[in-house]
Amino acid sequence: MDVLAYLIPISLLLGGIGLAGFFWTLRKGQYDDPEGDARRILSDEWDDRPKP
Amino acid sequence: MTAAARPSASACPACAAVPAAEALAAPAAQAAPLMLSLPTAHCAVCMSTVERGLGAVPGVRSARVNLTLKRVSVEAEPEVTADQLIAVLDGLGYEAHELDAGSLNTTETDRRGRDLLMRLGVAGFAMMNVMILSIAVWSGAEAETRDMFHWLSAAIALPTVVFAGQPFFRNAWVALRAGRLGMDVPITLAILLAAGLSLYETIEGGRHAYFDAAVSLTFFLLAGRYLDFRTRAVARSAAEELAALEVPRASRLQDGDEVTVPIAELRVGDLVRVRPGARMPADGVVTEGRSELDRSLLTGESLPVPAGPGSTVSAGEVNLTGPLTLRVTAAGRDSALQRMADLVAVAESGRNRYTSLADRAARIYAPGVHLLSLAAFLGWLWVSGGDVRLAVNIAVAVLIITCPCALGLAVPAVVTAASGRLFRRGLLIKDGTALERLAEVDTVVFDKTGTLTMGTPVLRNLHDHSRADLEIAAALAGASAHPLARALADAAAAEGVGPAPLSDLREVPGRGIEGLWQGRRVRLGRAEWLGAEPVAATATWLDTGEGAPRAFTFADRLRPGAEAAVAALKAQGKRVLLISGDTEASVADLAARLGIAEWTAGALPKQKAARVAALAGQGARVLMVGDGLNDTAALAAAHVSISPASALDAARVASDIVLLGQDMAPIAEAAQVARRAVRRIKENFGVSLAYNLIAVPVAILGLATPLAAALAMSASSITVSLNALRLR
Repeated sequence: MDVLAYLIPISLLLGGIGLAGFFWTLRKGQYDDPEGDARRILSDEWDDRPKP
Repeated sequence: MTAAARPSASACPACAAVPAAEALAAPAAQAAPLMLSLPTAHCAVCMSTVERGLGAVPGVRSARVNLTLKRVSVEAEPEVTADQLIAVLDGLGYEAHELDAGSLNTTETDRRGRDLLMRLGVAGFAMMNVMILSIAVWSGAEAETRDMFHWLSAAIALPTVVFAGQPFFRNAWVALRAGRLGMDVPITLAILLAAGLSLYETIEGGRHAYFDAAVSLTFFLLAGRYLDFRTRAVARSAAEELAALEVPRASRLQDGDEVTVPIAELRVGDLVRVRPGARMPADGVVTEGRSELDRSLLTGESLPVPAGPGSTVSAGEVNLTGPLTLRVTAAGRDSALQRMADLVAVAESGRNRYTSLADRAARIYAPGVHLLSLAAFLGWLWVSGGDVRLAVNIAVAVLIITCPCALGLAVPAVVTAASGRLFRRGLLIKDGTALERLAEVDTVVFDKTGTLTMGTPVLRNLHDHSRADLEIAAALAGASAHPLARALADAAAAEGVGPAPLSDLREVPGRGIEGLWQGRRVRLGRAEWLGAEPVAATATWLDTGEGAPRAFTFADRLRPGAEAAVAALKAQGKRVLLISGDTEASVADLAARLGIAEWTAGALPKQKAARVAALAGQGARVLMVGDGLNDTAALAAAHVSISPASALDAARVASDIVLLGQDMAPIAEAAQVARRAVRRIKENFGVSLAYNLIAVPVAILGLATPLAAALAMSASSITVSLNALRLR
């Protein structure tokens, strides 16, 4: 059961990274146009970097 | 910057002669990115067509379509105007309306949306982690191991509940202070009690802790709250921000100079100049100039009315052909526009406050749950002979298991699915309960001008005229911004008739256009001007100098889908009425074309509202569809109301649903979708009830474990959401 002492902090850390990632996407406005983003991948006019 | 240097931004050629019109429009464009509403955009191709098309306009730096909000935001040089971009989009085949970027209060909406989403994310994260830890407990962790897992869960769950549960705590507090028991009071109580009891059990080393329940309750309910918010935010932002049609500025004459001032600064007695194509900023009397006025939005009259020195005008009317100078007789609060708004306020206060299905459910639910859990507490206290800990445990289990997880999702999930579907068809639901009310409608009242018809005339007797006449008429008509002239020019162009070479073209405001053709004077205009005998229909006359003047007659153009909408509504067994402020002949003609048996012509705004109220008094549930200021009171008085996006601001504000596109057919579909949505909502209530019927006895008997609670809660929430998705 000693392994729990490593695994639990690791799992919480990984989850925390996911949460931080979610906050980042939220701040960047990535949920502002879910419908449009779903369609935009069909467009062949891709660009190298996301538009501001 | 001169008017000649770039294409005229204003729709009317006459504006090009007045460079000040452009100068007036420019500062507004400079402040923020231009926002246009794109009601018909729906696919990837639409997005790239629009973005490429707008990007090619000189001066446009970037254009970005937001398909969720059906909007495009354009960053451009200050001289690019919205009208220009709308014309470009029109050429690409997309309908567009300007959104008032100044009043775009998106930051506030965004902030609240992100706030909810953030709490939802935190609750989701905590729920997953606590669930993983709980599984260890459920699968048989004992003694110290179990306690450790409980403590870990507590460390995650308690901060989460405090952070993510705030929207509920706040609402519950507001409700309690107002002496009400909303949905949020039982929610708050369940979350707090679940967390508190679990903490106590953990400290005591007890077997059952409900941290997972506390957190997943928060998560599911936040999901419902977020869906609810999102539906409303999309609707509110789009509806309020369709650019206000009321002119924000007027040009006042001061010592012979024109000075642009905000309308609020106009005073009685000021002299105001109104260019062709512009709206009257205030009520007044014409002192100089001759023109024609489009009063359709105020009165429903489809024909322009002549105006000259001495005629009175009302704020909101559109000046069509010649510049006018007004002496202001009433401005701001006293103007006709404002009086109409007061009428709306009266009608609105008279509207029965509709209690939504969710509220009705909550009203039964909240006291019921509290009584049940109190009964469980007292019952077990008595049975166990004073074991408070056991009694509290069971009472809390009852509270958790009955907590309206599914109930909190039942309505928002359905409303989101239904309004999403209607939004894709071009209908914007502004009010949360509008769908429920729409489902009850049995009578539909239509306005005519601007609603069933476009308010733009089409030429009817093109083929009665010789080609030579048509060429002359087209050339004369091309020189005017008058709606009849424009319709004539369009019809001739569509028929492939080019304009004849005319010289000395001149518009005589309020009368018509004249010019020289092969040395002869030719005229197109009003019957009185040419000495012709007036006919019953809307018409303009052509005098080529030989023979009697010839009449071009016009009919109002039907809104696309109007016929289909009326037919479908009748097929659904609804009573359809037409109440218009227009003349008897044109209303009768339209009613016959659409097959509407009951119609009224010449109705004043008050009469319209009274008629709607009378219908409601007879027990009818009235859907009012209208666009003008004259309909506003009736819109507010109706059970539920729809207005097109082209409607006057006041009308859109007074209505529950806005038709974004030109097509009217979605109205009939909306009625059907609303009926289905209400059925789904009731099904969802049924699902939650069924689940409670099974789970509550189990909880009261003291057999509910945290595992059972978690399973039941998730299962019912997912069932309800899936049922709602069937609407899409």
